[in-house]
Amino acid sequence: MKKVFNFTLLAAVLVLSSCNNNTTPVVQSESTEASPAAGQSAVQDNESAKDVVKVAASSKDHTTLVAAVKQAQLVDALSNAGPFTVFAPTNAAFEKLPKGTVEDLMKPENKEKLQDILQYHVYVGSLNTDLMQDGQTLNEVNGGNITISKKDGKVMINNSATIIASIPASNGIIHVIDAVLLPPAK
Amino acid sequence: MNPNSNRFLSALAITAIAAVSLNSCKPKGAEAAISGDAASKVYVAPGKYDEFYDFVSGGFNGQMSVYGIPSGRLLRIIPVFSTFAENGYGFSEETKPMLNTSHGFVPWDDLHHIALSTTNGEHDGRWVFANGNNTPRIARVDLKSFRTAEIIEIPNSAGNHSSPFITENTEYTVAGTRFSIPIQGNPDVPINTYKQNFKGTISFVKVDSSTGHMNIAFQILTPGVNFDLSRAGKGKSHDWFFFSCYNSEKANTLLEVNASAKDKDFIMAVNWKKAEQYAKAGKGKMVPAEYAHNIYDEVKHQATSTIEKQVLMLDPKDCPDMIYFIPCPKSPHGTDVDPTGEYIVGSGKLAALIPVFSFTKIQQAIANKTFDGTFDGFPILKYEAVLHGEVQKPGLGPLHTEFDNNGNAYTSMFVSSEIVKWNIKDVKVLDRVPTYYSIGHLSVMGGPTRKPYGKYMIAYNKITKDRYLPTGPELAQSAQLYDISGDKMKMILDFPTVGEPHYAEAIPAEKIRNNSIKIYKIEENQNPYAAKGEAQTKVTRNGNEVHVYMTAIRSHLTPDNIEGIQQGDVVYFHVTNLEQDWDVPHGFAIKNANNAEILIMPGETQTLKYIADKVGIFPFYCTDFCSALHQEMQGYLRVSPKGSNVALMFSTGKNYPAVDTTTKTVKP
Repeated sequence: MKKVFNFTLLAAVLVLSSCNNNTTPVVQSESTEASPAAGQSAVQDNESAKDVVKVAASSKDHTTLVAAVKQAQLVDALSNAGPFTVFAPTNAAFEKLPKGTVEDLMKPENKEKLQDILQYHVYVGSLNTDLMQDGQTLNEVNGGNITISKKDGKVMINNSATIIASIPASNGIIHVIDAVLLPPAK
Repeated sequence: MNPNSNRFLSALAITAIAAVSLNSCKPKGAEAAISGDAASKVYVAPGKYDEFYDFVSGGFNGQMSVYGIPSGRLLRIIPVFSTFAENGYGFSEETKPMLNTSHGFVPWDDLHHIALSTTNGEHDGRWVFANGNNTPRIARVDLKSFRTAEIIEIPNSAGNHSSPFITENTEYTVAGTRFSIPIQGNPDVPINTYKQNFKGTISFVKVDSSTGHMNIAFQILTPGVNFDLSRAGKGKSHDWFFFSCYNSEKANTLLEVNASAKDKDFIMAVNWKKAEQYAKAGKGKMVPAEYAHNIYDEVKHQATSTIEKQVLMLDPKDCPDMIYFIPCPKSPHGTDVDPTGEYIVGSGKLAALIPVFSFTKIQQAIANKTFDGTFDGFPILKYEAVLHGEVQKPGLGPLHTEFDNNGNAYTSMFVSSEIVKWNIKDVKVLDRVPTYYSIGHLSVMGGPTRKPYGKYMIAYNKITKDRYLPTGPELAQSAQLYDISGDKMKMILDFPTVGEPHYAEAIPAEKIRNNSIKIYKIEENQNPYAAKGEAQTKVTRNGNEVHVYMTAIRSHLTPDNIEGIQQGDVVYFHVTNLEQDWDVPHGFAIKNANNAEILIMPGETQTLKYIADKVGIFPFYCTDFCSALHQEMQGYLRVSPKGSNVALMFSTGKNYPAVDTTTKTVKP
């Protein structure tokens, strides 16, 4: 286990330090419009534990999710203080969607729809599975509710996705799930 | 952790090299988002003054700080709820009573919000109020002296968060329980009987229009929710006060989940004019309560603390049509009233939209009884019936809203770390700017008044991280100043702040500056221990209590040689600053004092208590560099053993015949 963490950390250091060359302080004027995003994702910090975005980005099973989070411009928000409970569908979970769904959502014109779906996977508050109760509803960031069911130690969301792993992060917790949650129509 | 997570972590390792590219290389953060002419906009030339005073809450430092805007320069820290060793507030005998409570001396609090006094809904520059969130209190700071003039404790309350917001003519400053608790009756109940036994209260504290003195006019018993913030109505809604409440679920544990169960909580609308009439008509009843009321007398330079024993409580059961609940999505934090008084903005901190309520529609719904059930017996107004509109997709985590003078609103977004500007009439988003990082409150110049000044807006952020040179794990807080004079908000300054600013209010400097006093007139000093000239200095003994009536003037203390103090004596140094010259304070400190120093302003008297616990010679000196001979401004206190025959004597500039008792008193 320890080895695993060290290796991960090393990789993160490599990637971050390669950025250093590009981000030497620049005392130059830029217009306000140049920076629509706001968040801590650019903070250089190799000491702190990883936030939910960095944890997800470290997983080969979540490349689709991470790409989608970037496309939806949610990297910054999810790097902030939160706390967040992120239900993180695996690549396999995305593959279960009808063919072409993901490609379609990744198109610029569907950004709002993508944001809505991704925000349906995020709860503000940090909940491990022990704190979840059978029948509990949680109001997600997009405004929609999810329902938790808990039977024989198995935790399901909306009776469709099962939590297969839970990873704590610096600003919350990630629950890996095996299906994509689709927000109810508004 | 779920056992499956090991497998997941192994997967992490395999792919780690491909990790975390994300957006971290995107140039932004510290260098981004500065407009080209920013420097000239915030530059205040040496010797010139800032345009605004900004009164900023200090949060967990318990103080209030004053900054100049647009420069962001720190002008002063005003001690309010916490002791302040820097000037002896809470350490001097004169100021200790300011921190007295029904639980005795409470030397710290969490100062959350600011309310500058208003007349007709506009700043009048007389006082600034602040609330103590922990041990419920409200303080009033006098803006002539920039000193805490009064503190009143709030009984039947636990955690005073939705405070000290004021009505338009400063008729009242309010308080609301952040934590509901058992009110009256037996308080020793199981915590999990919350739903049966816990209640809230809101308090209306009357402010005397000439002296500013506060007294609790009445309290109103409410359902056991958590009151978060509040705002008074304006203009047409003048008679009303709006309190946001969360935890309508009435949870007593793990509120992180259990207080977020319902889709909507409430904004509680209170007709305070009606409450005032009920109070006058004898509808309330006096109930036992114990609370401190502390007043600083600037003529005596002394505070007094009085413990009050009862308070007038209104039970809404006996006072119909006084309280209505407005449904508001997801644990509303800010409830803010626009300058016209027509629109009430609720910021549900977990909501995906910002509802804007119409005062006119609220009145219609009340008149037509357009209700949607009841909450603890109170009518709930139908959401759709009182809604003006919803700001869609404003950002994540709306907290607070301020207003400019052009019909626009500015809402802080904690989760997405930005400020969103939107139009009140059509609830359309107009612009958004990032804040660094995770903004809490924001403040537009004159934002909560009927006539905001606009021009600048300040973000008070909760996370600082890399904004300034690092100083270890503990960092200053980060604020950003924005120019809001154009259509687009432009960040023009980033400045660190002390404590943890929650709310702040800024006022044009000319409304305060010319009233700021420079000295206290020595002839008006009525401190019972004042020595208004060196001829009045003396040292007196009463049992083991010794009083030193001392003066300070450039550059000596009188007396500066004091003998005849005995081990175990309690010595009070009453120091009067004889100077009558602006900015010539003197300080007083004595070796091994178990408290702090005192700073004494020109014409003022302050007292430091000192226990003579050991035999020896103890130097004292002036701590505030006052003159070329400041370093010479010093003296000695001689402490002899208990029962010593050294006579009490004191002098400056002359030596009486030496009395050397060393050989008789020192044991071999």
